[in-house]
Amino acid sequence: MSDEIIVLKDVCYKYEESSHNAVDHVSMTVRRGEMTAVLGRNGSGKSTLVKLINGLILPDSGTVLTDGMDTQDDEHVWDIRQRAGMVFQNPDNQLVATVVREDVAFGLENTGVPSTDMPERIDAALKAVNMTDFAERAPHLLSGGQKQRVAIAGILAMRPDIMLFDEATAMLDPRGRKEVFETVRQLNREGMTVVWITHFMEEAAQCETVHIMHDGGLVLSGTPQEVFSDRERLQNWRLDVPPMAALAQHLRAAGVGLPEGILSIDDMTREVEALAAHL
Amino acid sequence: MLNNITLGQYYPLKSVVHALDPRVKILLLIAYIAGVFIVPDLTGFVLVVLYLALACKLSKLPFRLLIKGLKPLRFILIFTCILNLFFTGGETPLLNLGFATLTREGLINAVRYSLRLIFLVLGSSLLTLTTAPVTLTDGLERLLSPLKVLHFPAHEMAMMMTIALRFIPTLLEEADKIMKAQSARGADFESGRLFERAKAMVPLLVPLFVSAFRRAGDLAMAMEARCYHGGEGRTRLHILKVEKRDWIAILITAVFIALVILEPHFVPWHL
Repeated sequence: MSDEIIVLKDVCYKYEESSHNAVDHVSMTVRRGEMTAVLGRNGSGKSTLVKLINGLILPDSGTVLTDGMDTQDDEHVWDIRQRAGMVFQNPDNQLVATVVREDVAFGLENTGVPSTDMPERIDAALKAVNMTDFAERAPHLLSGGQKQRVAIAGILAMRPDIMLFDEATAMLDPRGRKEVFETVRQLNREGMTVVWITHFMEEAAQCETVHIMHDGGLVLSGTPQEVFSDRERLQNWRLDVPPMAALAQHLRAAGVGLPEGILSIDDMTREVEALAAHL
Repeated sequence: MLNNITLGQYYPLKSVVHALDPRVKILLLIAYIAGVFIVPDLTGFVLVVLYLALACKLSKLPFRLLIKGLKPLRFILIFTCILNLFFTGGETPLLNLGFATLTREGLINAVRYSLRLIFLVLGSSLLTLTTAPVTLTDGLERLLSPLKVLHFPAHEMAMMMTIALRFIPTLLEEADKIMKAQSARGADFESGRLFERAKAMVPLLVPLFVSAFRRAGDLAMAMEARCYHGGEGRTRLHILKVEKRDWIAILITAVFIALVILEPHFVPWHL
């Protein structure tokens, strides 16, 4: 059990029909139990990056080690995909069965889990995402956020160590987005390693580590405070800072004595209250 | 306009017939159909009626639901009747219409073939009304799985049917959305002759197909990410087990078939 659960070493990947690398000499590591965000605008290669992690695509050069296993190694394909579950963007296009329960069972059936063990694992997974009451429903009658939570349950039932989210909230309304993000944060608090691909700055601001991708390359990594400290640099990659960080920057420029590193509304209220106490 | 669709005609109830193993139900339907075909004379249909009435009673289904299944059959029924009435030939004329003769044999044949058709459909409806589509698919897969030795893709077929069942509502919803979007921009799907209406469907079908292919690609990727690699080494959530009630159903059906075969021996008249 190494502490570094995902290791990418100088990885390149090019789509056949494309002229340049979708992922270009990327090296990164994710620690066990960490919640990592990968940010980048459309076409920056962030989706390609996660598909490399669970072996849906294989690197042209470089190596990807997921939980110590090389994704190039044919022997480990199903092992890797069981340990690194993936939730996709479109909630409709990843549910297979006509009943929620049966969809959660899909991964278990594929990995050959004995039928007698399934009900317990399904119930636990549905409970973890708070969808127990919907177990017998048809997926197409659920809301987007509920569908994504079913998809998460389908992965959870397989008892993975890592969960990869490929813009899992991009197609949801604000409420569904919050619902899903909170579920994932809870899973992370319980020890799940999470790689969270997004283009929402507020979500990235709540992760422990943020990686920024641009034109296939990993251009910046660090804590949210580090990454979001420089608005101009982010704008080079056509990204913006979270709204509260932008507001803090404006206020600082106007002479209000706010410290660096304000990212969320909570940070802002805390600092403003602290300031007010000094007055 | 496209909502409120029910898939197949499954009518969920808690009954013995609903609870039967789908494999058993499919095999019993095949036996029943064979029974309907070997009924030697009109008297034999009494047995069919009794068997079906028992099954219907046990299934707790409202009788009108079964009858509703016959509605699309009415033209074929009329056609069968007319053909048999006038074109059977035979020796005992009952009525001469000039252009054709109605014979006793013709009359018997018309009734027999119509009854056969009616009972075929009623029996099959009973199966689809009491079995959820997914359960039915599951049963079919397992019944056909011995054919895997001959490279028959039983698992793949069942998987395709399940996915189709899952995506029909999704695609209908999408079709509805596209239709509304096109109507909002002045497309007219409702008026005009048949050909014009068919032509108006093109701007609906093209985006629908494009999106269906995209969904297929996404789904394949998601299935692979969830370790799907065909039917080999796969376990199932539902274990199908043949229970006491299944054996009783099999027994009743066996008695029914036996009676149908023996019927001419203990009924003195022949119709």
